[in-house]
Amino acid sequence: MSWSRTRHHLSSPLGVVTVALLLLLVATAVVAPLLLGDRATEIAGGALQAGPSAAHPFGTDALGRDVLTRTLVATRLSLVLALLVVGIGVACGLIIGTVPVVLGRRAGRAVVAVLNLMVAFPGLLLALFLAMIFGVGARGAVLSMAIAFAPSFARLTHTTASGVANADYVSAARLLRVPRWRILIRHVIPNISEPLVINATSQVGAALLSISALSYIGFGVQPPQYDWGRMLADGLPAIYTNPAAALAPSIMIVVAGLAFVLAGELLTQVLGGSQHGHLRLPSLRSQRRDMAPAETPPPGEEVLRIERLTVTVPGETAPFSPVVDVSMRLRRGEIVGLVGESGSGKSLTAMAVAQLTSYPNVAEADVHQIKGNELRRMRPRDRERLLGTSLAMVFQDPMSSLNPTLKVGRQLAEVAETHERLGRRDAWRRAVDRLSAVLITDPQARAKQYPMAFSGGMRQRASIAMGLMAQPALIVADEPTTALDVTVQKEVLGLLRRISRESDAAVLMISHDIAVVAENASRVLVMYAGRVVEELPVSGLAEAAHPYTRALIASIPDMSTDRSRPLANIPGRPPHASDLPPGCAFAPRCGRADDRCRQARPELADSGGGGAVACWHPLLPVLESEA
Amino acid sequence: MKSSLRARYPWPVFLIRRLGRFVVSLAVVVTASFAMVHALPGDPVRGALGLMASPETIAATRERLGLNDPLWRQYLDYLWNLLHLDLGTSLDTQTPVREKMAQLVPATLQLGLTAFVVCLAVAIPVGLLLGIATRDGRGRGLHFGFGGVTGLALSVPDYLVSVGLVFVFAVSLNALPVAGLSGPASFVLPVTALVVGPAAYLARIVRAETQRVLGEDYIRAARAKRLPARLIYLRHALPNTLTPTLTVSGMILASMVAGTVLVENVFAWPGVGAELVHSVLAKDYPVVQAVALFFGAGILLINLAVDIAIAVIDPRSTIKES
Ligand code: SF4
Repeated sequence: MSWSRTRHHLSSPLGVVTVALLLLLVATAVVAPLLLGDRATEIAGGALQAGPSAAHPFGTDALGRDVLTRTLVATRLSLVLALLVVGIGVACGLIIGTVPVVLGRRAGRAVVAVLNLMVAFPGLLLALFLAMIFGVGARGAVLSMAIAFAPSFARLTHTTASGVANADYVSAARLLRVPRWRILIRHVIPNISEPLVINATSQVGAALLSISALSYIGFGVQPPQYDWGRMLADGLPAIYTNPAAALAPSIMIVVAGLAFVLAGELLTQVLGGSQHGHLRLPSLRSQRRDMAPAETPPPGEEVLRIERLTVTVPGETAPFSPVVDVSMRLRRGEIVGLVGESGSGKSLTAMAVAQLTSYPNVAEADVHQIKGNELRRMRPRDRERLLGTSLAMVFQDPMSSLNPTLKVGRQLAEVAETHERLGRRDAWRRAVDRLSAVLITDPQARAKQYPMAFSGGMRQRASIAMGLMAQPALIVADEPTTALDVTVQKEVLGLLRRISRESDAAVLMISHDIAVVAENASRVLVMYAGRVVEELPVSGLAEAAHPYTRALIASIPDMSTDRSRPLANIPGRPPHASDLPPGCAFAPRCGRADDRCRQARPELADSGGGGAVACWHPLLPVLESEA
Repeated sequence: MKSSLRARYPWPVFLIRRLGRFVVSLAVVVTASFAMVHALPGDPVRGALGLMASPETIAATRERLGLNDPLWRQYLDYLWNLLHLDLGTSLDTQTPVREKMAQLVPATLQLGLTAFVVCLAVAIPVGLLLGIATRDGRGRGLHFGFGGVTGLALSVPDYLVSVGLVFVFAVSLNALPVAGLSGPASFVLPVTALVVGPAAYLARIVRAETQRVLGEDYIRAARAKRLPARLIYLRHALPNTLTPTLTVSGMILASMVAGTVLVENVFAWPGVGAELVHSVLAKDYPVVQAVALFFGAGILLINLAVDIAIAVIDPRSTIKES
């Protein structure tokens, strides 16, 4: 904990308020009894239980004493009792909580079991019964309350201590036959002091509330002594004639309690060091160039058309765009791969294509058409229906993309219920049918199971089946096989290919693995640092023009290499989207880079052979140069 | 062997273990309530009857209560009487404790259960709505406002909420009854006093859980299915927040039990809590014992119910744990 950080926290609004409150409380507790002690017990000549007046701002109590003075003087006793409760409670808790460490497993378990039982009972309730044993009065109340608080301290001590006790250096000390009590003092206590101090501080507030409660019901401080709780008990019956007599001590109890709770929070920040930076949120940039004319596509042919898609996310200093000017068109029955390293923006692109960009990220495109319908010109309801019926998503992790609390069949059926107004029965029947279509055996029974009972491959097939509930024209598969093992991968990819062939749906297959794409897709888009750097048919992969694409291909010498590893033969890492170089983003890693590359960014341009490339020095097709 | 038994019969194994723990805990509570009397300093009978009681009366009472028997004998008698629901006789009013409890328990249960239901009915929707409104860091103003309001509600204890309510509604507005149990209106203030803090706490938990769940992949998948917002939140998100909500609800119910003691005192509610304070002050230990058993068994039952409910809703946790 550095001093500058401590000062930073202390000068925050929370810090200032907390420190001021605590100082005020302590000062009152010290000074008030000295200065006002006599006046507080002085029986004024005026009326009893009088309302507020100039002489008595909060009125007088049943004996005609000044309520304000008494409230201030009572600060000392109230605080002292609360501190005593926590002090004794922490001491007992430390002893009980470290017993398991000292005594070893067996005895430890018994202690923990008892603690767990005791913690189940609210402290105040325990204290009420203990008060019977310790007797009424300030001493009895403090003891009862302290014992009632002890179990939670003990448990905190024990949890933290057993965490420490399992640490390597303690095991090492054990091996060296350092005695247990020495381990306790040297290693355990210093490590648990921090959470204990934080907890104890905020518990002073709780203790204050509880001990005041005990005084209020008559178990605590007895007259002629008085704390806030006692004053409340005296003032409450007279609440109709002088409410201030009950309200003044109530307010003090709340304020003092709050001060300690805030102090606990402040300590957590100072010791624990919570850091929360503010993010700059992106806003819709409406100064976007006018929309490109929406040429009417050949009807039924083009499933997806997106032009100049940009995704902007919040940044520490300014928003930045991890996806810039990505355009693509997909026709029916076509499988297109979108390849890039992690961080290249391919998943954000997938989400934006499916209009699933989540707050606070913002996606914008000049054109975004599904089956020829411009999404931004549709009414929300129609748009949702269109997307719900003609676009299907397959996510990366099948273990987490199915809802654990709903039956698999239900999760499928609801799609048809929502978008096609199918009845429950018909929807369920279709769900079973689609499960069998993705080759899940015994779909009747499987539909009734929760995802928990499914294997990873089965879950991924079930989520594909979910997309098949309607008549998808486009399937966006975001790393659909990354989380699966190799044999299951083949199965799922085969299934996607079959669906594409049979239902004529287009598939946008996002992957970091160019080999997966090469085996399944007909066309490839390569993304680097948020932009498409090359687009080409799979047949032309070997003659890719972009140095990055070439490097990607070179990174898979044969099928046995582990392709989930980062590109071993391209030194360096891709740049972060918030900090792009002015020229070509690949320049720092590119063998062909020159000054031009570093100064100006190449635009995507026709590369011949049905592809496009963004590079100043594209590689010549192998055939041409070598033949 | 044992683990295979667990794997094959997760439910019976879980129930037996959990019920076993309940019985042991209950035995501890019963024993503690018995031991409490013997931990009292001095002679409990003299304490209860006061200094003015004649030695003969005290001797007779001791004899009647069996305090002269050996300890094991007293313990067995105590258990035996408990089995027959014989809670002894009040030292203060000389009436059977069972009759007394039969009058007090319904009043407390009515108060506590109403408060619990109101708490759930307020906190869960509020937490859910705020969780939705502040998902992914949206609505920063709402986020801080909610934190402030619930923080304040959490820092005022129930008995002081009671005092405030009495002041505002009974003294200033003269609108609601402040004492006793007399029809639905008399529930308003005590129930409010009991609900404020726990509801704030529960709403915080529900909101945090909602935010967590809304970030999960299966919610993104539900959005991808273009389900209406209602289904996404109620069918897909809410059930996944239930386990922690239930756990906290159990804690809340237990703390409300303690809260009734103070709140009943402020509002002169004719319940177990008010009686506890009276009987502790009067050293009427048979009554205190009965109240201790009521509260103790009540809290253990709450914990049992919560654990079983969680096991029903979220079977994974049962199988993992048991
Ligand atoms: S533009 Fe230059 S730096 Fe960028 S890929 Fe082409 S050759 Fe390499």
